[in-house]
Amino acid sequence: MQGLKELGRYSSLLYQALRSSTEFSTYRKNLFQELVKVGTDSVPIIMLVGIFTGSVMTLQSAYQLEFAFIPLSTIGAIVSESILIELAAVISGLVLAGKVGARVATELGTMRVSEQIDALESMGFNSVSFLVVPRVLAGIMMFPVLYVVASIFGIGGGIAAGYFSGSVPPADFLKGARMFFYPWNVVFGFLKSFVFGFIITSIACYKGFYARGGAEGVGKSTTEATVLGCIYILLADFLLAALLL
Amino acid sequence: MIEIKNLTKSFGDMLVWKDVSFRIENGDTIAVIGRSGCGKSVLLKHINALLTPDSGEVLIDGNNIFDMEYVDQRRIRQKFGILFQGSALFDSINTFENIAFPLRYFSNLTENEIHDKVMRSLEYVNLEDSAQKETSELSGGMRKRVGLARAIILEPEYIMYDEPTSGLDPETANEINDLIILMAETFDITSIVITHDMHSVLRVADKVAFLHDQKLGWFGTLEEMKKSDDKDLLNFITASEYSIK
Repeated sequence: MQGLKELGRYSSLLYQALRSSTEFSTYRKNLFQELVKVGTDSVPIIMLVGIFTGSVMTLQSAYQLEFAFIPLSTIGAIVSESILIELAAVISGLVLAGKVGARVATELGTMRVSEQIDALESMGFNSVSFLVVPRVLAGIMMFPVLYVVASIFGIGGGIAAGYFSGSVPPADFLKGARMFFYPWNVVFGFLKSFVFGFIITSIACYKGFYARGGAEGVGKSTTEATVLGCIYILLADFLLAALLL
Repeated sequence: MIEIKNLTKSFGDMLVWKDVSFRIENGDTIAVIGRSGCGKSVLLKHINALLTPDSGEVLIDGNNIFDMEYVDQRRIRQKFGILFQGSALFDSINTFENIAFPLRYFSNLTENEIHDKVMRSLEYVNLEDSAQKETSELSGGMRKRVGLARAIILEPEYIMYDEPTSGLDPETANEINDLIILMAETFDITSIVITHDMHSVLRVADKVAFLHDQKLGWFGTLEEMKKSDDKDLLNFITASEYSIK
């Protein structure tokens, strides 16, 4: 019963956000700020995640295929395809559920419990348009960009790890990557990151916007936003794979 | 004029108050008093529809605010300024920007005009030297005064004060009381003061509404309150250290 009530309130908030999305002048300034916070500010951590994911995948693939009589280019194919179709979007999503989701839920939760949202409403602002719409839009606009960053640095990290460990020469790695490259995999990765951006920011906005109590309430909403964001990313990942692959 | 008619509110199974009715004439300063947790702040948030009642009406100049579309409610809200209990200042911007905030969205003033208006508003509350301070640098009394400067910046017809003197030392509380009187006299504003500070009531109020036992326990002028033999009202008043007889 409680779950249905929560779903109803979440849907209602999204409906309000959709209706408010026409009030561009209200959220224009916030949207640009959020694009920077969600996108530009997340680039360093996404680069790091990409590099290490690609590196570890390459080293582990080389280790597992060490005694198999297959061309070294296979490692490049496995790593690049895995990154493009799954890892760049999912691992970035999980990391961003912590970084972006927690920040959004904490910001809005603090604004709620300190009556700043009431203050906005009392001045005549549409608080959903002012606070929720720019954050969700920034999520769905910037997550695909971060997916590209994670993919580039993931494959780059894989090439570097293969080269420095001596397990795969760059030419073989790239040969394998090109051989098994399907544009649909990139489209699928984009689509996933778009969905993950929406999931993380909308859940975080919902949890923060309806936070109650003081510091404890904000802490609870932040934790729930992060945990639920991760769970729904994994669920959406499964559903998208089942439906589209 | 504000007319509250048969207002009833509950949160889940908990009844806050039932059938509360009273009228606030233009130019009056009305104090809403009652024990902590009796729903004074909840009542305040119904007057400009920040909360919705279970039943009843709030008529602003004859129009029920709960029958209006959200867009019209937002327009009506701009007739109100609110000084929130914790001041509700936006902590991401400084003092000047907090006060300028509504002007930037709801007026066509030039930057120079906004500057002059904000500084004039800060002069009223004796904080012209603090314009560039971060809100985290302000003391409790200063935060209240900045909140008040922001509340009057759009030249509202009504101003609502939620526990304006709570948490302040007696001297600073007196300064806030003086400002409430100054605002009412200078701008001919109708004021609603939510408080349990009887000293403040005696200084600023023309009329008093006493919330008690989940209903409007007593309503009348300050002079009538001083002569009243209502047992519950007297118990509340005499619990204060101030004698009014």
